[in-house]
Amino acid sequence: MRILVVAEHDQGALKGVTLSAVGFARALKDAEPEILLMGHQVGSLAEQLRRYGPVWVADHEALRLAAADRYAEIIRRVAAERQASMVVAAASTFSKDILPRAAALLDGTMGTDVVGVQEENGQLLFLRPVNAGSVVATVALMGEPKVLTLRASAFKSPEPGEPQEVHPIAVDPTSLPNLIEVVRRDSKTSSRPDVTEARVVVSGGRGVKNAEDFERIIGGLADVLHGGVGCSRALVDAGVTSNDLQVGQTGKIAAPDVYFAVGISGAVQHLAGMKDSKVVVVINKDPDAPAFEVADYGLVADLYQAVPELIQKLQPSP
Amino acid sequence: MKILVTVKRVPDPDQKIKLTADGRQLDLSGLPCVVNPFDAIAVEEALRIRERSSEAGEIVVLSIGAAECEEQLRTALAMGADRGIRVDTPAAADPWNVAAIVQAVVAREQPGLVLMGKQAVDDDSNQVGQFLAARLNWPQATFASKIEFVDGHAEVNRETDSGIERVRIALPAVITTDLRLNEPRYVSLPGIVRARKKPLEVLSLEALGVALQPRVKLLGVTIPTSSRAGTRLRDVDDLVQRLKELKVI
Repeated sequence: MRILVVAEHDQGALKGVTLSAVGFARALKDAEPEILLMGHQVGSLAEQLRRYGPVWVADHEALRLAAADRYAEIIRRVAAERQASMVVAAASTFSKDILPRAAALLDGTMGTDVVGVQEENGQLLFLRPVNAGSVVATVALMGEPKVLTLRASAFKSPEPGEPQEVHPIAVDPTSLPNLIEVVRRDSKTSSRPDVTEARVVVSGGRGVKNAEDFERIIGGLADVLHGGVGCSRALVDAGVTSNDLQVGQTGKIAAPDVYFAVGISGAVQHLAGMKDSKVVVVINKDPDAPAFEVADYGLVADLYQAVPELIQKLQPSP
Repeated sequence: MKILVTVKRVPDPDQKIKLTADGRQLDLSGLPCVVNPFDAIAVEEALRIRERSSEAGEIVVLSIGAAECEEQLRTALAMGADRGIRVDTPAAADPWNVAAIVQAVVAREQPGLVLMGKQAVDDDSNQVGQFLAARLNWPQATFASKIEFVDGHAEVNRETDSGIERVRIALPAVITTDLRLNEPRYVSLPGIVRARKKPLEVLSLEALGVALQPRVKLLGVTIPTSSRAGTRLRDVDDLVQRLKELKVI
């Protein structure tokens, strides 16, 4: 069974979640994973990826930015040519924009945010969270190719192996669609790791009053732990934080070793984005906050007192 | 410009979901239902686009499902949409078939823009807008947090994992909405009264020439439970101790 894994990268760096998608593909019976890399001047990424499987590379100026029409068309061509039974990628705004478009072009079938797979009578069944993760559905996907976005936290990255072949794909820009022009992308300036890849994530919620406090308290704790920062939807709505920090049903999925939920009440929509964390620490002054129900460790305290004290006690001694 | 907006009926996301007694499916009986929150944002955006435009434009809202979906169409009409269409289907259609139905309605209505929620908060699939755009060979702009019209094009800010991306697309196009695009207005009492008199057409799949071909089969559901200990800590020192045990520090 040939599985095409679509690689994701940003500003010259491979997204680690891509390897989880390779891990998913490798674990399937009779799997032959192959990796598709699209972009411009991505030779060094191909060198990295070839240690996880054969790599098909579409490298062209016309693919410098990920426009959904062009990327979906390249996926369609490669999946058709390689007769892929599955096309998969780690779930992200990149894959959720592009893979459904590719699935439609391929006349395939699709599952979003897959967290598990089972085989039953020779048929693959997929597990995926629905209703903000309060329910896990088991679904069969009829037709081929099966196009999946995968929750990276649910699948292990494989160890790198012997380098496999790299196959360049000829790209003729005049044959590509030209429906979407990417005018600009804001480059991220944060020095902190992204919540999807950090070992420790500190998230703030409604209990944090303003952007300065968020930076000082949530950011301060994250920095002393070398972690990433996240937030609940309430803070995005209040204009305290930017949307790319949002963890939850409609934001990012964080599954770090330790997740701090600080001043977050714990709406199911937020919990959907952090449930798979290994250890969850909740700090909230409301002892009845629903977040405590998913906590390994809960501290009932005012974040404005507890977190600065915690930061001070975690500072490396001079 | 005519705008077509999709409106899905979903269980109120603030309500707790239960399974039926046999544990095989979701028990949605008695759950209040609402307009999918992302679709409400799409309706609101259509209204704002019209309000700030000099040209008149019709706003048509579309729902797919049984008769109860008309409740959500009436809500959208009460917000200010002009006309409703319900495509009658006995059961929930999967995203593939929803896209096929919307495509047939697009062929009939010829809108200049289709606005949809980026995902429905019950199924969480995030597929239909992209499917539809591909099927129509139209541009797409997903996860929109700002929509502007410049020289007959739409310029859309998209919410991505690494920040905002701005795209420029020709019309007609499919745009899917993200949270920060706007805050939907409340429905007013006069709005509700007016909505009762607005046209609401019911179309059959036959009339649209669409035959459902299921691509996703739901086989079972489970409700995951938290197995975390929930140990209450005494104070910050206690927490510091635990973090040391976890080798976080």
